[in-house]
Amino acid sequence: MSKCHINNTIRVLRFHNGEMTQQELADRTGVTRQTIVAIEQGKYSPSLELAFRIARAFNTPLGEVFTYKDDGKSQ
Amino acid sequence: MDAKEKQVLVTLLATILTLVLYSMYIYNMYISSDPAIINSFRFWGNAFIILIPVAIVAQIIVQIIFAIINRIVTNEDIPTKDDERDRLIELKTIRISHWIFITGFTLAMGSQSMGMQPWVMFVTLFSSGFISSIVSEISRFLYYRRGF
Repeated sequence: MSKCHINNTIRVLRFHNGEMTQQELADRTGVTRQTIVAIEQGKYSPSLELAFRIARAFNTPLGEVFTYKDDGKSQ
Repeated sequence: MDAKEKQVLVTLLATILTLVLYSMYIYNMYISSDPAIINSFRFWGNAFIILIPVAIVAQIIVQIIFAIINRIVTNEDIPTKDDERDRLIELKTIRISHWIFITGFTLAMGSQSMGMQPWVMFVTLFSSGFISSIVSEISRFLYYRRGF
């Protein structure tokens, strides 16, 4: 089984949205700042619903916020 | 270290302190003066029943004190709402603590099926509850540290 990663561009998107703070993004998406930190650092993969809420907070398609990166060949 | 991680550590310390102090109290007040009491079902029933409110009150007091000190030192509040990550961590830690307690429960029942004295069962039950609480808080802390 190959190792999988979900990458995100939240830090870049926050910068392009007037240097939105992690707390502001957390308030808009209904989670704690610690969860935003964990997602941004790639330590936690959000649920599909939260991923959509984050994308909506940036007014951006989901695919521009999260990308799926597969290291190996999946069976 | 964020507020949630600190809160978990405080809960862990409060759990250890409460159970150790309570055990010492029970031993000094009852068992040391009358060792035969350890095979009394009534004694163990009282010990378990009294422990529940004592542990709850101790946790509430410690959490209030921690919230006040944390507010003064860091000028930030502890998050009161749980989000999806908190709930997932909660589920994982509950699963771990349940497995430990079930193992202890099985050992406790096994002690009786092997004809051991009743105190062995109660001490095993008490110990498994104590260990499951400790491991639960440690695993919660580790989950928060690594993100999930």
